[in-house]
Amino acid sequence: MNAVLLALIGMFVFFLGYRYYSKFVAEKIYKLDPNYVTPAHQFKDGVDFVPTNKWVLWGHHFTSVAGAAPILGPAIAIYWGWLPAVIWVLLGTVFAAGVHDFGALVLSVRNKGQSVGTLADKIIGQRAKILFLFIILILVLMVNAVFAWVIANLFITFPSSVLSVFIQIPLAIWIGYVVYRKKGGMLWPSLAALATMYIAAVVASKVPALQIDLPRYFGGEENIVAFGLNGVAFSFFVWIIILMVYVYIASTLPVWKLLQPRDYINSHQLVVGLAILYLGLLFSNPSITAPMTNSAATDTPWLPILFITIACGAISGFHGLVASGTTSKQLDREPQARMVGYGGAVGEGLLALASIIAVATLFSSSGDFLGAYSSFGDASSGGLGNFVQGAGQLATGLFIPADVANTIVAVIVVSFAATTLDTSVRLMRYIISELGKTYNIKSITKTHVATTIAVGSSAALVLLPEGPQGFGSGGYVLWPLFGTSNQLLAAITLLLITLWLKRQGRNFLVSLIPMVFLLAMTLYAMGLQIITEWSFFAGSNPSLLLFILGSIIFVFAFWILLEAVAALGKKDPAKPKNKAM
Amino acid sequence: MNLKRILELYDEVLRTGHRSEILRELRDEDDLFMLLLYSDMLGIPNPAFYYTLELYPHMLEKFHQWHLRMGMDKSPLTGFRCC
Repeated sequence: MNAVLLALIGMFVFFLGYRYYSKFVAEKIYKLDPNYVTPAHQFKDGVDFVPTNKWVLWGHHFTSVAGAAPILGPAIAIYWGWLPAVIWVLLGTVFAAGVHDFGALVLSVRNKGQSVGTLADKIIGQRAKILFLFIILILVLMVNAVFAWVIANLFITFPSSVLSVFIQIPLAIWIGYVVYRKKGGMLWPSLAALATMYIAAVVASKVPALQIDLPRYFGGEENIVAFGLNGVAFSFFVWIIILMVYVYIASTLPVWKLLQPRDYINSHQLVVGLAILYLGLLFSNPSITAPMTNSAATDTPWLPILFITIACGAISGFHGLVASGTTSKQLDREPQARMVGYGGAVGEGLLALASIIAVATLFSSSGDFLGAYSSFGDASSGGLGNFVQGAGQLATGLFIPADVANTIVAVIVVSFAATTLDTSVRLMRYIISELGKTYNIKSITKTHVATTIAVGSSAALVLLPEGPQGFGSGGYVLWPLFGTSNQLLAAITLLLITLWLKRQGRNFLVSLIPMVFLLAMTLYAMGLQIITEWSFFAGSNPSLLLFILGSIIFVFAFWILLEAVAALGKKDPAKPKNKAM
Repeated sequence: MNLKRILELYDEVLRTGHRSEILRELRDEDDLFMLLLYSDMLGIPNPAFYYTLELYPHMLEKFHQWHLRMGMDKSPLTGFRCC
């Protein structure tokens, strides 16, 4: 099948979803009111509550939610063939992610711009808020561990990308200095920084001496370096330690010094990445070589694991945090929530679709594909590398040499992952401090104590799972746990939307059905993996760590199910006079 | 829409991400500065005095000249005992 045709079909489905389904939800279910005074106007303070142009807000929302996750999940899930992954991305975006992101935004706008966590307390009760906090804590812990592994893995697989990524740090600090100390603009210095990074990528691709290739320095797989670790395993260890030191510093520095200029440059990279993928696809016009369905994928069943492997790109609870955290405070007029919320989900779906196409067109034959995706473990550990090479191959359609294209795509993906890691560690620090305040543990409310706990636990989690290359290289096994916790977060938000709709006397099936589906899939997936893979009495390779983490998530999923049944079974309070709750 | 406007919108999109956080950090710094300046007026002992006290010997002579210049024979502040 022609890949351009698949992209066009996907875009057409997204178009139909946006044009008709989101219109139906906006008019008949959420009943958006152009005269409703949004929190951006009601509480306008010039800091948090600021009415913002709808295109700016959509761009902000999209760049906040798009990252490495909608690339990695689909690149792994293609293991079952490209068709199941495409169907889940398309249907998930149209019927689940769109409703979820759009609904979280509307719900927050109708409740003074409050975040999902606060709304969980308000709509269900204190217990739900604590559950919510713990699920976010687990989610960010997984994100830190998985993305530290992702970056270490890409540095090892594509050593030519290291120089550009590390050059970005002093460049970002320089931009922060120019902008906030010298009162300059950020656009042109950031474009100059991006150009410098890509020049470094081109030079590093051609000059092996500039490639920071740790496994080679440590003597490769044959050489035992220390603690019984060979050169590759020790490289994972070193990169992860360096990354953890970096995120500690990055997450405790004032935002303007490093994070904002870095994110600014990385947002340019999102545009570059999408342009490479879609223009490269158009100009190279490749055929899909991966099988439509993979009958050899028998070690891990697609039902239910597909639905937790692709979280971002089909539905992601993290989007609800962004929608209700910052976007809802900046929405100028309520009807714009459709474009910003639903449109943001569609943007992420397009990124996930591009990821599937990049991997599905990489291989010269389906035999090659089956060789690379011979087991779910191979798919998980090699998925992102395959995406980088696939995107690099598409970029050759834009006359970029393959080695340079691979380096630039690796730099883009590492930058996305690093942004996610920075944000996630910072978020984890805030959550630990908040838990300290809730339970009156003063010591963990302090910045450096909370950051040390966040970074230390993340480092321990990523180093513990043993991969084929020793400890540190097995971080990818945490991916299904990341997907599950993300889906659970989405389920809580969908539950809140459902309860809100029910109390308004409206049809709540649009949010109830995706919620039930997500809860069923996460419970099924965790139950299956705990019993058949991780427990000591079932699997051939049991894992205590995954067993414990999986069990915690399973209990949380079951807890949400009970909360949902209890909340939905309750008699609705009298309809409030105002239009909020 | 011309190119300049498009670039302005693009710049705004990319800045929006951390705008509130930076403004909050700035507001916190301003609040701290205000507190250091005016805390005594609010009945809060000013910790900055511990440090500014060290300036006392350096300022004493200048202060004495200033109050003479202003037509005051004696120091108008009880804290400054220059004469």
